[in-house]
Amino acid sequence: MELLSYTLQQLINGLQLGAVYALIALGYTMVYGVLRLINFAHGDIFMFGAFVGYFCISRWHLPIYLVFMIAIGACAVLGVLVEKIAYKPLRAAPRISLLITAVGVSLFLEYFLSLNAMFTPNYIAFPRPFDVAGYDLFLVTITNIQLIIFSVTAATLFVLYLLVYRTKQGRAMRALSHDQETASLMGVNVNATISFTFAVGTACAGVGGILYGFAYPQINVFMGIMPGIKSFIAAVLGGIGLVHGAVLGGLLIGVSEVFVSAYLSSTFRDGFIFVILLLVLLFRPNGIFGRRIEKV
Amino acid sequence: MSVNKTLAIILALFLTVPGFAFGKEIVRIGLITPMTGDVKTYGESAKNAFYIAIADYEKTGKFQVNPIVADDRNDPTEGANGALKLITQDKVLAIVGPLTSKVAIPVSEYAVKYRVPMVSGTATAEKVTISDGKRKPYVFRACFIDPFQGSVAASFALKNLKAHTGAILYDVGNDYSKGLAEVFKSTFEKGKGTIVAYESYQKDDVDFSALVTKVAAKKPDVIFLPDYYNKVALIAQQLRDRAVKAVLMGTDGWDSPELVKIGGNAIIGGYFTNHYSPERKDKVAEKFIAEYKEKHGSVPDALAALTYDATMILLETLDKVQKPDVELITRALSALKNFHGVTGTISFDKNGDAVKSAVILQVEKEGSRYVTTINP
Repeated sequence: MELLSYTLQQLINGLQLGAVYALIALGYTMVYGVLRLINFAHGDIFMFGAFVGYFCISRWHLPIYLVFMIAIGACAVLGVLVEKIAYKPLRAAPRISLLITAVGVSLFLEYFLSLNAMFTPNYIAFPRPFDVAGYDLFLVTITNIQLIIFSVTAATLFVLYLLVYRTKQGRAMRALSHDQETASLMGVNVNATISFTFAVGTACAGVGGILYGFAYPQINVFMGIMPGIKSFIAAVLGGIGLVHGAVLGGLLIGVSEVFVSAYLSSTFRDGFIFVILLLVLLFRPNGIFGRRIEKV
Repeated sequence: MSVNKTLAIILALFLTVPGFAFGKEIVRIGLITPMTGDVKTYGESAKNAFYIAIADYEKTGKFQVNPIVADDRNDPTEGANGALKLITQDKVLAIVGPLTSKVAIPVSEYAVKYRVPMVSGTATAEKVTISDGKRKPYVFRACFIDPFQGSVAASFALKNLKAHTGAILYDVGNDYSKGLAEVFKSTFEKGKGTIVAYESYQKDDVDFSALVTKVAAKKPDVIFLPDYYNKVALIAQQLRDRAVKAVLMGTDGWDSPELVKIGGNAIIGGYFTNHYSPERKDKVAEKFIAEYKEKHGSVPDALAALTYDATMILLETLDKVQKPDVELITRALSALKNFHGVTGTISFDKNGDAVKSAVILQVEKEGSRYVTTINP
């Protein structure tokens, strides 16, 4: 019984982390689906969202729903700006140029924001506008932070599902990810749809940033690097380009990381995720939900 | 035109007069400290104390000190580069610092290689002054070492906190953290305590939920967190989030005003070993504390007090030998006995380590409360 309770508890810990990874992975996967670009700067937009949350709560004392809305807006704007300034001019360029540019944007965001006039390179305590409480449920204890993370993630995923599968813009996104030329022939406004994709993806990352800040209350301009890499691996694991792949991948990576920490040693947690990436690329590069490449 | 030129020449001559009149020889002293990075409060304290020490020294000292500060960002590579620059480019006579052991260890190798005396105020890991069991010449420290500090913490946990079971969470990549964890474990177990969890994590880990759940399941009486204040605050919060009730115990890395700012209620009530308490009743200490309070508006922490002591040790030794000669200074430092410092009476033992007492402080909402002193 003890073992079951312990395992379930660790599972919840893993899902908590995985939920945040899923939100970030959504951004990676959506941008890849539409542009075939791995936006390495995505982890830093996640960091930006966390900082926006910090300012909203700590400096301006705004209510929680407003905090989320502002973070979503700010990250969406940043995402669209990045796209317009750094990626759009390179639409016709070889893929490698886009990749290098993405890395450049990432470094720029990190080091520019680490200036003393901006966010400073210091570690900042992320405020919690509520007291932590734990609830006993059967064999496990869930904290209110975990409940917030699960509910906000679920809500975000639901809204995203409606957006992608029930709206015209969503249909345009899906069409674009199939075939850009044909979609534009069909009347899809390519530029607007790409911007829209970026905005939605980065908005999810912004939500993830605030949830991460609640769970692990210390933020720093370099906090997005590792979660960004792991979420990218999650997107690849689930099948890059597929929204449900990103979600499943994120949860799996989060749970694996926590289980390795719990049953082996915390020092292996990062290494294990990279091993997963190696295995996926070796044996199933299209990911769990990805279709096998058909050789014509 | 000619009048102006003459005036200029007379003015220039006037300006050289002070140089002739005083004629104090200039020595360059370097300070390596984390001005930015995850432990920047250490760096700020150290820098403030460094400048106060130099100002105090120059009132009566025989030399004029030209201070040069290098930022190590609490990163061994940055620290080593900074040290190299201080030694080879700025040609400093001696170095105060580095503050943290992980930076002090590589920098001490440079001190030995380039024969530059180095007095660290605060680096407590054993490996700073010893390499492969052999003493590193030119390297000294004004503080006690971790084998002592770790055992003090464990003894306090056993005797004062009456703990029977303990858990230890430490940073596997940090010699300071690892060394303290090992000493605590062996002392605690020798005192008939049981270590129920001995878990390592990495410096950049943020999610401690797995470790916290692991530790919580074992229900320890005390949890030992020998790391720097920013990590400790983060772990403490996650421990209390999961309603872990153990008493938290730490070491001098906790000494920072940011600890409570980041950790909040989770860390208040925890105990930690430290080098001195600002409540100390001693002439030298009180004078320094008053000076620091006046200049910087806050009570100096152990990092400041120790850096002050390290700098004063260096400068007063320089005065004693009267020549900026590296070998003379080093020999005089090796023989240092009963130096009356802010943090206590300092004598260097055969390894260049200071033999001193430790204090136990308890974290409060504002500052810390003195609990007890433990002598070596």
